[in-house]
Amino acid sequence: MDRIFTRDWDKPQGHLLSVYEEAGGYGALKKALSMTREAVMGEVKAGNLRGRGGAGFPAGVKWGFMAKDDGGPRYLCINADEGEPGTFKDRYIMERSPHLMLEGAAITSFAINAHACYIYIRGEFYSAARRVREAIDEAVKAGHLGKNIHGSGFDLDIHVHMGAGAYVCGEESALIESIEGKPGKPRSRPPFPAAVGLFNRPTIVNNVETIAAVPSIIERGGAWYAALGTPGNGGTKLYCVSGHVKKPGIFELPMGTPLREIIFTHAGGMRGAAPLKAVIPGGSSTPVLTPQEIDVKMDFDGLKAVGSMLGSAATVVFDDTACMVRSLARLAHFYAHESCGQCTPCREGTHWMAKIVDRIESGKGRAGDIDLLDDVASSIMGNTICPLGDAAAMPVSGFLKKFRVEFEEHVTTGRCRFPPQALAPVKTDRAWV
Amino acid sequence: MHPPDGTVPEEGMALTFSDKAEAEIKALLPRYPAGEAALIPVLTLAAQEYGALTDDVIDLVSTRLGIPPTRVLATATFYTMLPKKPVGKHHVQVCTNIACSLLGAEHVVEKLERKLGIRRGETTADGLFTLSEVECLGSCGSAPVMMVNETFHENLDEDAIDRVLEECRRG
Ligand SMILES: Cc1cc2nc3c(=O)[nH]c(=O)nc-3n(C[C@H](O)[C@H](O)[C@H](O)COP(=O)(O)O)c2cc1C
Repeated sequence: MDRIFTRDWDKPQGHLLSVYEEAGGYGALKKALSMTREAVMGEVKAGNLRGRGGAGFPAGVKWGFMAKDDGGPRYLCINADEGEPGTFKDRYIMERSPHLMLEGAAITSFAINAHACYIYIRGEFYSAARRVREAIDEAVKAGHLGKNIHGSGFDLDIHVHMGAGAYVCGEESALIESIEGKPGKPRSRPPFPAAVGLFNRPTIVNNVETIAAVPSIIERGGAWYAALGTPGNGGTKLYCVSGHVKKPGIFELPMGTPLREIIFTHAGGMRGAAPLKAVIPGGSSTPVLTPQEIDVKMDFDGLKAVGSMLGSAATVVFDDTACMVRSLARLAHFYAHESCGQCTPCREGTHWMAKIVDRIESGKGRAGDIDLLDDVASSIMGNTICPLGDAAAMPVSGFLKKFRVEFEEHVTTGRCRFPPQALAPVKTDRAWV
Repeated sequence: MHPPDGTVPEEGMALTFSDKAEAEIKALLPRYPAGEAALIPVLTLAAQEYGALTDDVIDLVSTRLGIPPTRVLATATFYTMLPKKPVGKHHVQVCTNIACSLLGAEHVVEKLERKLGIRRGETTADGLFTLSEVECLGSCGSAPVMMVNETFHENLDEDAIDRVLEECRRG
């Protein structure tokens, strides 16, 4: 299989410009600069590249929404906030193939005619930010970025902008507020960023992985890219597998690879004798699946069909030593901590949910608690400015739907029968298929 | 509050940025069409210089960027990585989110609490260590994981935890 993201990850010094250029790097940028903007966008549309930040919106279509060029500034923001629990792909792209992202950024900026690009990197990713800054310097020196790129007359400056610890800043309008120096509180839409975004100018926000896929599409064509995946879901995907498997890691596989194959073939199956109990397929906010549901194809449409979401393809695997109530409590606290406080249902509801799950886990659950929890979750759904509210509510509804018996058992027995998880790191040679 | 070069500002004297920080600020500003966009990077720098974003540091940033102190404060208080009070020399941040907790993150925190003699959220009396429980650090495939200052420590087992603390104490 063609490896798009991970091609250079096993090479020593694979992050350097020289290694990247040796493999043909920045050739796609030169090709794009000789095409029209519409033709570049057309290839990306034909490739069925869908946004890898979680929502799966077709990238080429989004670029097409950019407001008409009035000669004023237009921006590309690359979302490297990588905050969805379970997700660990964008950091690897930035550390191991920074030029792939930069080349994608240059092609995308050309397509939307933006001359400034901000890469919003979460504050904790010091080493990734260092790598990206070094790569920008290399690329500017080599004429791949900066003024009059490869004699095309197209100028582009790329800047790293570090976040400072706030999950909500991964939400695109909060990210924009954050770059502007404000608290990361999402904006109401419309207007969408493509009309009024960063510094009130037309802006496209794309995830790191989305952007890093662009050079391969331009190099080999949209039709080739689309054919790597499933209908409507082009290309390969970085699946992040963590939890109770033998071989956790990042696996680059065709879009739509069955979840069973990802867990049992690529990630080596369960770590020990304890059987599979549950899988969160696409990051903490995506509804949990049972072992009966793992024949699902891991693409945006496949997961939607079983009532979940591909999200950021952060697959968290639980064996039957895991307590589902305790696991949900952990997630509920995360969302309560990360709510920006702007919308009442999310600000209040996330704390109520955390409190009720805690009560059930500690054995003090009351008769109506499970229904109450379900109620609070459905009152948040759809009632907030940004989808953080939904992201907090969906795991609650999902856990209750699939594992209600376990919650009931906690309430009726007044205790949790699961011992704490022992310290059990899984050391493997890092795996990227 | 002492500037990093060890000199003691006179009573009532306003704080200033070091030459190095000032140079970084000068390099930052042209990257944005609006100076306010440099606020988070400058607050990050200020926190590095002075250890924490106390009222006088907020004033310094406000004066330097020409942004009202209330706006500076609103941003400073929103972000968890902008410290409101000083942290220890080694800031130990343990991820306890879902993937790490499945592989024993709670045990990591408890062990660190025992070894350091403090609870999560506290700093040791000698100012060497602050222990924090944090949200997902984006390293779930090598859980459990913690960060000490800018460095990730992954696949933590008992020995690795001991070793990291030893290294901090030596260094
Ligand atoms: C609460 C919340 C957090 C998000 N966090 C991220 C993130 O860390 N990284 C990311 O790329 N997208 C994140 N998103 C999705 C973005 O809003 C946006 O859809 C995405 O960056 C668009 O890029 P894409 O079209 O390439 O996927 C988040 C959304 C929400 C509601």
